[in-house]
Amino acid sequence: MNGPGAGYAFVRLLERDLVLAVRNRGELANPLLFYVIVATLFPLGVTSDPKTLATMAAGVLWIAALLATLLSLDNLFRSDFDDGTLELMMLSPCPTTLLVLAKVLAHWLVTGLPLLVATPLLAVLMAVPEAARWTLWLTLLLGTPVLSLVGGIGVALTVGLRRGGALLSLLVLPLYVPVLIFGANAVGATAAGLPVTGQLLMLCAFLVLALSLAPVATAAALRISID
Amino acid sequence: MLSAAELACFRGDRLLFQALSFAVNAGQALQIRGPNGCGKTTLLRILCGLTLPESGEIRWCGRALRAGDPDFLRELRYVGHSDGVKLVLTPRENLRIAMALHSVVEEAQLESALERLGLGQFMDVPCRTLSAGQRRRVALARLTLGSGRLWLLDEPFTALDRDASDTVRALIETHLAAGGCAVLTSHQPIGIDAGRSASIELTS
Repeated sequence: MNGPGAGYAFVRLLERDLVLAVRNRGELANPLLFYVIVATLFPLGVTSDPKTLATMAAGVLWIAALLATLLSLDNLFRSDFDDGTLELMMLSPCPTTLLVLAKVLAHWLVTGLPLLVATPLLAVLMAVPEAARWTLWLTLLLGTPVLSLVGGIGVALTVGLRRGGALLSLLVLPLYVPVLIFGANAVGATAAGLPVTGQLLMLCAFLVLALSLAPVATAAALRISID
Repeated sequence: MLSAAELACFRGDRLLFQALSFAVNAGQALQIRGPNGCGKTTLLRILCGLTLPESGEIRWCGRALRAGDPDFLRELRYVGHSDGVKLVLTPRENLRIAMALHSVVEEAQLESALERLGLGQFMDVPCRTLSAGQRRRVALARLTLGSGRLWLLDEPFTALDRDASDTVRALIETHLAAGGCAVLTSHQPIGIDAGRSASIELTS
């Protein structure tokens, strides 16, 4: 298929996944709900002292965002695998990597983006220092797409297994660690008045790396899973 | 047009078939028969490249086939064991996305395809509310659109009533008359005249 055809398939698949997400509204709210609940319960369970909270807020929000993404990952290919639409995708003349990218983008739009919208509010709730709020948001903006992209590889590898859930976490969490470290660290550094260009550039590098390699790996993994 | 040479396939450590060779010419249908579990679906999946055979080669128009060859996939229409139909989407939306993966299709063409399969009144209701046979028709509506020369159909008549079966049979005959070829699995006789069809029998 030539250029416009592949682009058309990309847009249609993205559109379909967004429509599916809207029709399954219950599942749509799950990651966001998880994120908000963790951020709300933390001050209640640990301490409401703003000083103490401020020191761990970035880490808590980052971990909550990471786990929220992890929880929603299984949906990425599971239903397509079960009802046979994944086969249709694999038999499309369009490059599978492109179709994978459309699905991952849809996943980020329905899980990552709502987390970003909720973050400014939760940052206030968690007493993140004012100077660091923008950094927190920026690190999540750069980091959550990486979580979706890398998660896609794990889901593609485990989608053919009956109980892939635990295996998925084992596969994906180690790959999430660098993103978590740089993301949370940048927020702490900003709060301490240090420059964070280095951490942000690292996150940008992760994003570029994931964007270029993860769809290829995911497509290859799907090919194995569907066999 | 499509030929297979010396195919062998294992599922787990069970041998499904070996030294399987056949050829399908333009205008010809090949029926794959055999008892349940003998590897009919697997054979179809091998032909379209979803599953890799243990050994052997598949040739399309004289060229050996690699998995994911876009020139081959553009010619292929596959209706598999599962319908590939999303239950929360309507037949129209399902057909639209299935076709978008192959080519740009006009809305009016989608409607006439669904009407052809007798889904005129059900175009805009969620597939969840449709019966198994109607969902099968949504999947089969893909065949009426585009110009794939090779059809691979896994039990196309399952769950269909007599009218729908006749429609699908007519679709296949038109396709063959236009110089296409088809490979299908089915337990019943497919009712396509003997000059146009051949069959192979897999044993378990």
